[in-house]
Amino acid sequence: MGSLNTLVLVCLAYVVLLFIVAFFADHLAARGKSARWMRSPLIYTLSLSIYCTAWTFYGAVGNAARSGLEFITIYLGPTLVMVGWWWGLRKLVRVGRSQRITSIADLLSARYGKSNTLAIGVTLLAVISVTPYIALQLQSITLSFAIFAEADPSSRFSDTNTVFGVAVGLAAFAILFGTRNLNANERHHGVVTAVALEAIVKLVALLAVGIFVVWGIGGGIGPTLEQIDRSPIGSWHVDAGRWSTLIFLSAAAFVCLPRMFQVTVVENEDERHLRTASWAFPLYLMLMSLFVLPIAAIGLQIMPENTNPDLFVLAIPLSLGQNGLAMLSFLGGFSSATSMVIVAAMALSTMVSNHIVMPIWLRNQSPGASVSGDVRNVVLYARRLCIGLIMALGYLYYRLSGGGAALVTIGLVAFAGISQILPALVGGLFWRGATRNGALAGIAVGFTVWLYCMLLPAMGQGVFSDSVMHNGPWGVAWLRPHALFGLEGLDPTVHAVFWSLSFNTVVFCAVSLLGFPSPLERLQGAQFVHVFEHSAGPRGWSGSVAQSEDLMVMSQRILGSREAQAFFDSERERQGGRGALPEPTPTFLERLERELSGSIGAAASHAMIGQIVGGSSVSVQDLMAVADETAQMLEYSNQLELQSAKLEDTARKLRISNDKLTQISAQKDSFLSQVSHELRTPMTSIRAFSEILRDAETMAPEDKKRYAGIIHDEARRLSRLLDDLLDLSVLENGQVTLNYENGDLADVLDRAVATALTGVAEPLEVKRNGSIEHVRVASDLDRLAQVFINLIANAQKYCDAIHPSLTIRVQKFGTGVFVDFIDNGQGIPEEHQQMIFEKFSRVSPEKAGGAGLGLAICREIMERLGGDIEYMRGKGGAAFRVSLPVGAEIGK
Amino acid sequence: MSRHVVLIEDEPNITEAIRFLLLRDGWTVEAHADGASAVEFIEAAKPDIVILDLMLPGKSGLDVVRELRERDGAQDLPVLMLTARGQIKDREMAEKAGVTRFMTKPFANAEVLTAVRDLCAQAEQR
Repeated sequence: MGSLNTLVLVCLAYVVLLFIVAFFADHLAARGKSARWMRSPLIYTLSLSIYCTAWTFYGAVGNAARSGLEFITIYLGPTLVMVGWWWGLRKLVRVGRSQRITSIADLLSARYGKSNTLAIGVTLLAVISVTPYIALQLQSITLSFAIFAEADPSSRFSDTNTVFGVAVGLAAFAILFGTRNLNANERHHGVVTAVALEAIVKLVALLAVGIFVVWGIGGGIGPTLEQIDRSPIGSWHVDAGRWSTLIFLSAAAFVCLPRMFQVTVVENEDERHLRTASWAFPLYLMLMSLFVLPIAAIGLQIMPENTNPDLFVLAIPLSLGQNGLAMLSFLGGFSSATSMVIVAAMALSTMVSNHIVMPIWLRNQSPGASVSGDVRNVVLYARRLCIGLIMALGYLYYRLSGGGAALVTIGLVAFAGISQILPALVGGLFWRGATRNGALAGIAVGFTVWLYCMLLPAMGQGVFSDSVMHNGPWGVAWLRPHALFGLEGLDPTVHAVFWSLSFNTVVFCAVSLLGFPSPLERLQGAQFVHVFEHSAGPRGWSGSVAQSEDLMVMSQRILGSREAQAFFDSERERQGGRGALPEPTPTFLERLERELSGSIGAAASHAMIGQIVGGSSVSVQDLMAVADETAQMLEYSNQLELQSAKLEDTARKLRISNDKLTQISAQKDSFLSQVSHELRTPMTSIRAFSEILRDAETMAPEDKKRYAGIIHDEARRLSRLLDDLLDLSVLENGQVTLNYENGDLADVLDRAVATALTGVAEPLEVKRNGSIEHVRVASDLDRLAQVFINLIANAQKYCDAIHPSLTIRVQKFGTGVFVDFIDNGQGIPEEHQQMIFEKFSRVSPEKAGGAGLGLAICREIMERLGGDIEYMRGKGGAAFRVSLPVGAEIGK
Repeated sequence: MSRHVVLIEDEPNITEAIRFLLLRDGWTVEAHADGASAVEFIEAAKPDIVILDLMLPGKSGLDVVRELRERDGAQDLPVLMLTARGQIKDREMAEKAGVTRFMTKPFANAEVLTAVRDLCAQAEQR
């Protein structure tokens, strides 16, 4: 057949093709001329297919031959993520782009306050988990070479040399295209395009083998299905626990694996590509799995007993003399392995160089030295070195482990290891309370349990002896690696995944809840969790003026517009500057930092100014987000203050109206009590004298007449009192209807004097001032007369002069007229003047015929008529002034 | 048995009615209409019983009783309060101030006579 040499030639040719493709893609991208197809979602989707490594290409068939349909779980996990969790992926992609994330370690570090400790931890975890995985790829390539070598006895095939050669070749490829230049966004168009090409090759190869097996050997679909039913695969059973664990693991790995993160997030050109990938990638996976079962079933039937089922894809065409097909199949497997190794090495080298090598290098530099020029080269060399190191590690692992274990087992160990990142990753994206210490503790605990329950036992007898596996270390049964804490009867994978992730998650949550995130963590937490709200439009910052503007904008959000403006103005004056804003001098920045720290604390203030001025990788949007939060809090507290002021005002109003009500209630009580008293007094006389009249058997007729007279007077007093009360009540309630008419004031006075003095035995003398009284008024003349009558009657009643007289004086003023009533008595004592207009106030009770309501009624009437009544002091006798608006003539 | 009554009342018609009743029953009556000078008037008149209005010009009937109770020889003097204010709290305040009996206006003539007789009889028994 001479196939091994041909194979090597074809293989080399294929690699050269990949080089050319990668080179041109890079070349075009560098010149900004990348073709549309290079930026299409299709390339993105195909690049995701590095998920399908040699493990999937070869191992799926092997897995199917051993465990039936279980292989499908490895495809179901990513499918579920793509279909059911694309929104989570979108968030991941958005965060990655807005934060310029370079790797999964960088992402976690960024989220948890730029913690390099965490980055180192994640990097180590990734290297430890992925190294066996890389070894696995090397092994698969070697195995596939070996199978060709078996068929070609003339060749002098050496496992060791082949593996070494392959490792070196892959390292070279990764170095060449993965570290050609240092792009800010860490995108590698060449590699991605080459990977996409490989994705097509492996799909075509697997489909070709599948079609050959079904139609070329199996005799069509029907017979092949019967063959599957007859084979041991037909009697497979589902272990629900193992199935769900495997689906979960593959889903977690799809998100957490460094190489998957590289292609999904870092290499992502456009967020919208994710939408296409969410259906196209599951479709790809479905095609990849289409012929796995037929190949496995037919392979089990026609291949010799000792054939490794992991290599059926190669062995079947080879044994049937289909060299071309075998070659294609080999290329498919080769593609699967190389694409994975190249991207994984690239991703890991980025992590190792950024988080481990560079910090060490920078620390050893003399401080203050200008490093900008050569940092670039240092980074590139560090990456190249790291790729070499990682490949070397994979090679070493392969050599040491002897390459014995089945492909699937190694793959699952890697999956479970890398899944320890999941709680911190998901928590970081959706939970602002997640802290760095929580993430560190969770990953550390999960990693330890995974190491103890899964990785170390997988390394075989050399690490854990049989006695440790069966009786536990030092005979402690509950520490048995496959039955931790006495949890027996579980599949080892399920057991390890359950314990490691449970511990991981619980510790992560508990430590996060117990501690407080640092200011930078809070800032980053907000950025990650609310990435869709914060990452609206890109903003550029350049130059010192722009920096001042940025600082101003930020300060406004923190201090409030006016305060910030005032501070910046005073700083500009201090600097003696002419511009609108102060120069960002160190003094100014120091003062600003102190100013801001009053609002947001020293640490956050320092970080924020440092970010704007120092230009570190925290974007300005992040700072604005924090500032926005502060502004919102300020706004909120302002509103609270306003609200509490309003509440206080309301409370005050309520207190006032309550006082008023209490007062009114007291007034009402006192009024009722007074009314009761005023009513009872005449009734007492009436009752007493009526009983006297009734009971007296003999009584002088003049006495009888006198007592009846008293009863009559008191009865009249009662009805007068009731009239007054009703009148007052009507006036006070405003229910009175006023009957406005035109009239002459003199006529009203005439009527009042006549009425008040009618029937009076000794009427007082009334002095009036004649023609000046003829004033036309528009008012309720009857009510006005009532007031005058009251005043005249009072004078008649109370004036204590020997020759009582009353002067009525009319006087015009402005739009109104005064009517004064002044008698020649002693007047009202000063202490009573205040209360004479109150209800039931009587100054001299002995003479009182009324209940003390007269003046109260007068005051009410005058108020209704738009005028007033008041007591005038110092006029000799009692003096009242009625003021009255003349009013517009009615009907004219 | 002396039968002397002092009546402190500012309503002339009520004063006249009570005076008529008591005179017919064989009492001697001295009436006074002012609160401020009521205590002195009572001390001077040395009555067997006082009939007192609550709302008086110058000084409230309650104050009159309180002052009366502080004077020598007037601690046990029967005081019948007649008032147009008949609420429970008025009665309580009156009793607290030292009023012997409390009656509201309007009253039945017979009741006033009975009260005056009873109070005098009780005072004599002590």
